[in-house]
Amino acid sequence: MNLLEMKHVKKTFDDLTVLKDISLEVKEGEVVSVIGPSGSGKSTLLRCATMLETMDAGELSYLGQKAAWDENGKSVYATKKELREIGKNFGLVFQNFNLFPHYSVLKNIIDAPISVDHVSKEEAIKRADALLEKLGLSDKKNAYPYQLSGGQQQRVSIARALALQPKVLFFDEPTSALDPELTGEVLKVIKELAKEHMTMIIVTHEMQFAKEVSDRIVFMEGGVIVEEGTPQQIFASENIRVREFIGKFVG
Amino acid sequence: MALSTMLSLLGKGMITSVGIFLLTLLFSLPLGLLVSFGRMSTNVILRTFVKVYIAVMRGTPLMLQLIVVYFAPYYVFHLKTSASFRFIAVIIAFSINYAAYFGEIYRSGIESIPQGQHEAAKVLGYTKVQTFFKIILPQVIKRILPPVTNETITLVKDTSLAFVIAVSEMFTIAKQISAKETSVMPLMIAGIFYFIFNYVVAFVMEYIEKRMQYFKG
Repeated sequence: MNLLEMKHVKKTFDDLTVLKDISLEVKEGEVVSVIGPSGSGKSTLLRCATMLETMDAGELSYLGQKAAWDENGKSVYATKKELREIGKNFGLVFQNFNLFPHYSVLKNIIDAPISVDHVSKEEAIKRADALLEKLGLSDKKNAYPYQLSGGQQQRVSIARALALQPKVLFFDEPTSALDPELTGEVLKVIKELAKEHMTMIIVTHEMQFAKEVSDRIVFMEGGVIVEEGTPQQIFASENIRVREFIGKFVG
Repeated sequence: MALSTMLSLLGKGMITSVGIFLLTLLFSLPLGLLVSFGRMSTNVILRTFVKVYIAVMRGTPLMLQLIVVYFAPYYVFHLKTSASFRFIAVIIAFSINYAAYFGEIYRSGIESIPQGQHEAAKVLGYTKVQTFFKIILPQVIKRILPPVTNETITLVKDTSLAFVIAVSEMFTIAKQISAKETSVMPLMIAGIFYFIFNYVVAFVMEYIEKRMQYFKG
């Protein structure tokens, strides 16, 4: 069974059609990168998958459980309660971290497990300690977000998402707000997660990283998937647009 | 009149002023939150109603509002009101007036919190109520403290308007003594009392601001 299934997704903002007819399937343990020029709809696709945007048409399901389905060309969503359950399947890492500034690093990580999943405080702290250790942030446990570098903040936000033990983690341009040095430390963390077969869907502009980490790369442009395949296939693509786009980065 | 008598009379008035001040804050601070919710509501009728309410509260003198609240039960509903209603009318008028101002301050604070905070909370599974009280409100409070301090200090001085419906707060008494003794002394003393009162208020607000300095954002 596919962990994530999106079928014939359409999304329009006012007069602008951002997603034209997108279908995407992701299996458990797969790492999928979504690349493409700005305005191609990558982020919107991610926001539809994480239910931050509602689709106009199309289907969305996690592990066979339908969050939205198509009725007469329009998306119909499940009840709020069902959506909350389905929402537990995924986590999302934002471009600009969105840590809670009034919470310490530890509290940022343990608060959702405690107040959303009703995990005991001891268990939540245990999880947080393990994650902080793994992400090399143990000494920052009691710091506040403003005291951290961008790279550290992004790693905390990854830990915050992982603390809820999601089945799939989405990344929305996780390094776009970081300088090259800090980018490296965040990408390293994502690579480690990939080694552990964490299912991940990553919208990124880091071509080399996408090539190294992905099982599959999806190239989007103009609201459609232009090409999709293994990194080798994409980087050897015959498609002129794909070649042009990747060429700019790889040289 | 001996200075000590004068001070004790003014002191009694001061207690009433402090009473008006504290009760107004007690009611208008939470009421302001409801006002801001109404003002930001997606329901057009509710939003328009709250907008009109804010316009009236901000657009007419508080002194006039005090008079209206005090006399409305009699002239509109033909109800006899007891003597204690004077004080109650003051609290009602002040509370609904200040709630309008606080409501707008809250709104500015709530709308200034980046959308990303709501989105992060949503994806983490927080309910809307949890998101507001745990994530948004603490950040809002930090941001709105300076304008809230402004309003609070204005409120201290506005308590003197209660004289218009003959509630014997400090300024009312100061004026009475001043007229009787043909001296500006009571008014000057009242001025000093207001200043000290506000000094304490500003001190407390500064303390709260300092307590919120542990985070930025």
